[in-house]
Amino acid sequence: MFAESALNVRNKRVQNLFRILFLMMTVLLIIPVVIILATLIAKGGSIISIDFLFTDPTNGMTAGGIFPALLGTVWIVAVALLASVPLGVAAAIYLNEYAGDNWFTRIIQLAIINLAGVPSIVHALFGVGAFVIFFGFGTSILAASLTLAIMTLPVVIVSTRESLRAVPQAFREACWNMGATRWQTIRRVVLPNAVSGILTGVILEVSRTTGETAPIMFTGAAFFLPFLPQGVFDQTMALSLHLFVVATQVPGVPDNLAFGVALVLIAMVLLMNSISIAFRMYLRGKKKW
Amino acid sequence: MVDMNVNLAAANKIEDPAFAAPVKLSVSDLTIRYGGTPALSGVNLEVRQHEIFGIIGPPNAGKTSFLKTLNRMDTFNTNMSVEGEILFNGLNVQNLKNIYALRSRIGVVFPLPVGLPLTIYENVALSPRLRGIKRKSELDVIVERCLSRAALWDEVKDRLDSLGSLLSGGQQQRLTIARALSQEPDLLMLDEFSIAVDPVTTMRIEDVLKELKHDMTIILVTNLVQQARRLADRTAFFLEGECVEVGVTEDLFTGEVQDQRTRDYVEGKFG
Repeated sequence: MFAESALNVRNKRVQNLFRILFLMMTVLLIIPVVIILATLIAKGGSIISIDFLFTDPTNGMTAGGIFPALLGTVWIVAVALLASVPLGVAAAIYLNEYAGDNWFTRIIQLAIINLAGVPSIVHALFGVGAFVIFFGFGTSILAASLTLAIMTLPVVIVSTRESLRAVPQAFREACWNMGATRWQTIRRVVLPNAVSGILTGVILEVSRTTGETAPIMFTGAAFFLPFLPQGVFDQTMALSLHLFVVATQVPGVPDNLAFGVALVLIAMVLLMNSISIAFRMYLRGKKKW
Repeated sequence: MVDMNVNLAAANKIEDPAFAAPVKLSVSDLTIRYGGTPALSGVNLEVRQHEIFGIIGPPNAGKTSFLKTLNRMDTFNTNMSVEGEILFNGLNVQNLKNIYALRSRIGVVFPLPVGLPLTIYENVALSPRLRGIKRKSELDVIVERCLSRAALWDEVKDRLDSLGSLLSGGQQQRLTIARALSQEPDLLMLDEFSIAVDPVTTMRIEDVLKELKHDMTIILVTNLVQQARRLADRTAFFLEGECVEVGVTEDLFTGEVQDQRTRDYVEGKFG
C-alpha cells in the first residue's frame, strides 16, 4: 500500500535537490561575514589593548591609539539619537494611532520610503547645505548628528510603527470602550507593550549610525584633531572616518593599526546588534499575551 | 413594514407594572449600514431601567452591530454608518460631544474575553485610574468589590499581580465582566458572553447578572434561546437585519407572538 511509485521517487529527488540548493545559498551568506571577521582579527587583533582604545594617535596617526575617534563616535551617535528618537517615535505614534488612511498620511508614507532610499552622500550634501551653512552650526557634532538623524529617521519610524501595529486592535477597542481617550489608551496599554520593539529599532539605528562615514565627512567629522570635543558645536574625530583616513589617506600606517580600527568599529556594531537581539529575546519571553 | 413598526411600538409599551420602570434607552428608526449595505434597518425599541433586555437571533441578524451603535463603537469603523435616533438617559448619543463620558457609563463584554495585557489587579483598576482615582487603598476596595461581584475574587485573590491573560477562558471572561463593573456602568452590554465559557461558569455568570440588574440595566445578546428565557425580562428577536419582534420573554415562548417566525426560531425550527 505504501510502496513508492516512480512519481514518489521523482518528487523526493526534486525535493532533496532544492533543499540542498537553498542550503548552499544560505551557507554562501555566512562566508563573507566569517572571512571579514577572521581577517580583521588575524591582522588587527594584535594591536587591540586598553591602551589602544584610550590613548591619542601619535606620529601623524601612524602609531598610538584611537581614543578621540572612539569618543567622537559616541558623541555623534548620542546626539543623533536625541534628535531622531523623539521625532521618529512621535511621528510613528501619530501615523499608527491617530491618523486615518487618507491622502495626507499616504504622502507622508511615501516621503518616509523615499527618505529611506536617499543615498547617504546626498544626505551628506544636504547636511552641509542645511545644518552647516543655512543654520550656521558650522562643521560640528551637531550638524553631523542631525544629518545622521534625518538619514536614520525612517528606520525609527518604520520599526516603531511595526511594534505599535503588533499590539492587537482588540486591546485598543476594549480600552476605548471603557471611555479612555486615545492618549490614555496609548500611554497605558499600547506603549508599554510596544516598547520592546521600539527599543530594538533604536539599537539597530545606533549600529547603523556608528558605521556611517559619508554623512559626517563634510558636516562634522575631522581628519585629525589633537583635542577632544567640548560640546556639540565642536568638530570631532570619528571612528568610521578615522578608518578611511588611516587606511587610504595617510602613508606609512602599519597594517595592524588600520585593521585594528576596523575591528573596533565592527565590534561596536556587532555589540549593539547582539544587545538588540538579546533584549528582544528577553522581552519576548515576557510577552503578555 | 409601516404596520409592523406600529405593532412593535405597541409591543414595547406593555402596561405590565413590572415594566413600568423609566426608559433607559430608546431607539427609533435605527438603520446601520456597512459601506452602503444595510446590516440592520428600521429598529424601534425601548429598554427600561433595571431590566435584562435580551436580544436573540441567528448569526448575521445585526445583533452585534446594534450594540456597537449604543456606545458609539461605530466611530472605530469608518465603514459603518448609523441613521436614526438613540436616546440614552434621554440624550441623543449621536450628537454627544463627550463620547468618552458615554462610553465610561456603558460596560461592554465581548464574545471572546479581551484581557488587557496587564495584571489582574490593573485590569480592574484601569477604569478607576482613568477616572482619576489614584489612592491605592481606594483602588483596592474597588478591585475587590468588582472581582467579588463577578464571582472571581476567591479564585484570584492570592495572585492579583499575575497576568490576566494567564487565567482560563472562563476566568478571563469573568475578569472582563469585573472590568466592565469597575466602570460603575449604567448599562451593561453582553455580547454572547458564554461562547468561550464552560457551562458551570456560564451558570455562575448568569447568577451574577440576576444580582446585577438591581444596580444597572443589562442588554444581553445571546445565541442561546434558553439563556434569554432564563435571564431576560423582555426579549427582542432580530432576523436578517430586521427587528422582528419585541416582547415579554415568556410570551415569545408560550404566549401570543406577533410573527410566526419568532415562535419558529425559539422552538428551534430554524437558525
